[in-house]
Amino acid sequence: MAQMTMIQAITDALRTELKNDENVLVFGEDVGVNGGVFRATEGLQKEFGEERVFDTPLAESGIGGLAVGLALEGFRPVPEIQFFGFVFEVMDSVSGQLARMRYRSGGVYSAPVTIRSPFGGGVHTPELHADSLEGLMAQQPGLKVVIPSSPYDAKGLLISAIRDNDPVIFLEHMKLYRSFREDVPEEEYIIPLGKAAVKREGSDLSIITYGAMVHESLKAAEALEKEGHSVEVIDLRTIQPLDIETIIASVEKTGRAIVVQEAQKQAGIAANVVAEINERAILSLEAPVLRVAAPDTVFPFSQAETVWLPNYKDIIETAKKVLEF
Amino acid sequence: MSAKKTAQLNPQQILESIENQIDMIQVLNEEGKIVNEEAMPKMADEELQELMTRMVYTRVLDQRSISLNRQGRLGFYAPTAGQEASQIASHYALEKEDWILPGYRDVPQIVWHGLPLWKAFLFSRGHFVGNQAPEGVNVLSPQIIIGAQYVQNAGVALGLKKRGKKAVAVTYTGDGGSSQGDFYEGINFAGAFNAPAIFIVQNNQFAISTPREKQTAAKTIAQKGIAAGIPFVLVDGMDPLAVYTVVKEARERAINGGGPTLIETMCYRYGPHTMAGDDPTRYRTSDLDTEWEKKDPLVRFRKYLEEKGLWNEEKETEVIERAKEEIKDAIKKADETPKQKVTDLMANMYDEMPANLQEQYEIYTAKESK
Repeated sequence: MAQMTMIQAITDALRTELKNDENVLVFGEDVGVNGGVFRATEGLQKEFGEERVFDTPLAESGIGGLAVGLALEGFRPVPEIQFFGFVFEVMDSVSGQLARMRYRSGGVYSAPVTIRSPFGGGVHTPELHADSLEGLMAQQPGLKVVIPSSPYDAKGLLISAIRDNDPVIFLEHMKLYRSFREDVPEEEYIIPLGKAAVKREGSDLSIITYGAMVHESLKAAEALEKEGHSVEVIDLRTIQPLDIETIIASVEKTGRAIVVQEAQKQAGIAANVVAEINERAILSLEAPVLRVAAPDTVFPFSQAETVWLPNYKDIIETAKKVLEF
Repeated sequence: MSAKKTAQLNPQQILESIENQIDMIQVLNEEGKIVNEEAMPKMADEELQELMTRMVYTRVLDQRSISLNRQGRLGFYAPTAGQEASQIASHYALEKEDWILPGYRDVPQIVWHGLPLWKAFLFSRGHFVGNQAPEGVNVLSPQIIIGAQYVQNAGVALGLKKRGKKAVAVTYTGDGGSSQGDFYEGINFAGAFNAPAIFIVQNNQFAISTPREKQTAAKTIAQKGIAAGIPFVLVDGMDPLAVYTVVKEARERAINGGGPTLIETMCYRYGPHTMAGDDPTRYRTSDLDTEWEKKDPLVRFRKYLEEKGLWNEEKETEVIERAKEEIKDAIKKADETPKQKVTDLMANMYDEMPANLQEQYEIYTAKESK
């Protein structure tokens, strides 16, 4: 067992799969000698050579096309989009091509591609670096969308994503890269895609969340506990497909739920979670399911981030509305 | 790059001097005469005959496809007449192990590469079986997004290089497609990775209705290869021998580590953009049509082969009849293919069906069994 940050756990997962499968290729902008702008690919080119880990020209659509083409030749590409705000440059490759490869070819071809990319607010980036665009991805049939909230999960989920035979969007919250360390086994292990984690058990309210908001939610849950409320926190980990079973089991137990996301209210996955609860467990509910989300503006300029991003206080406020309904 | 002390600040002149060096390669002129012995490809008589056979066949396929479309027996169709040299001679220079990433007008190339004709008809009708390439037939289904295949071609080519295969990845787009960012990203990536790729721009003069001169200030599309640092060729796209020879050369160079090539074929589509309501009389004059029909690839190649005693009316009729017969059989086979079900399509979304889809799959299975 080693103490790792999330970025170290990600590097470790990449190393594991580069070792396990010679078809795994890691590429993108500055991922070679430089080891990536966040050092996610630190040392990998040196260890595995330029054939396996390589820099590309600076063009996201080109990177996406390269992934599609390499997949056709039987490789398992793991491209990096340097910041997820740049995904608009590669949207056709993602939604128009990768997501449809298996369907379009009637199952003859597939696209076992894992696109890794940093995103997430709170680190004061320039525009179009930090946006929560996971909802756009989750609305594209054919993709899977994974967002880890901890080093341990990041390693196990990334290994699963790379081994998955379909395209996976693997989103890494920048604020979590180095915010804490935890025990991460040095040997390989997997966390299956599509399985949520109950981070904290409770009986009065379910908080369903993912990404950096898992930590704000846990903080809120602790504060609420002190006031006598028993709060369950579910980390979705994979937002497409959703682990509906875990969500519904929790809501049936607690009878009350809120969904927390960093994305704007009109974006993200929260609306979808609420709809699933309504369809499947409305008679178990004691109160409406409410959402905590950012306001429906574009991602703010960096000095406004702290007031714009949802935090544990917002979560407590909304939780109380539901608890006291 | 070292500075030249005497360099003159005359960018316009530099551009013109480069553009003036670009000549269009022609081997066989409109009268069916060889005008460029040096560029004449080494082809056996049987190969010349086979190339003509495929071009005649493809012309018949186009005529029949148009008429089937009008009868409502085909779906989406982009006519190919006029582009046979560009499409069929370029394909004839390839080998079985090569990959083809076609645009939506490039159905003939993937058929000649091994996609059964009945499947091509199913593609046109919008049936997934039409997109299922048989094992060992390295083709993608025709790309609908203009230019998307260009970036993918760089990827396939890089894959071939990494696998150490002696094969190339070939993609097609049109003059309009050369304006897309993906066009440049594709040729640039292939250049940067020195990947065995061939990028063909079939410049048929109009992107739906927009004329070539509105696409770019560049005098030729071929010269865009300079920006990516890759070799480029401008070729008479109505001349099958010229097209064959430049593609063959590009392929040889690519499989021997020489990297990608950009090829612009100057050609013309006689018909509408697609059969979905395009009316070329809105943007083209009949004079222009006539001017290009004089350059027809079949006419000039026929003259050449007849002169050599390699072709005659009897042979031509034989090919036409065979084509008609095979097209009829292929339509019959397409008709016999079971209708696609929603559950078939659901099954092709993921390797393992996720829970949300599984739930819907069961609902549709029940619906479909009623």
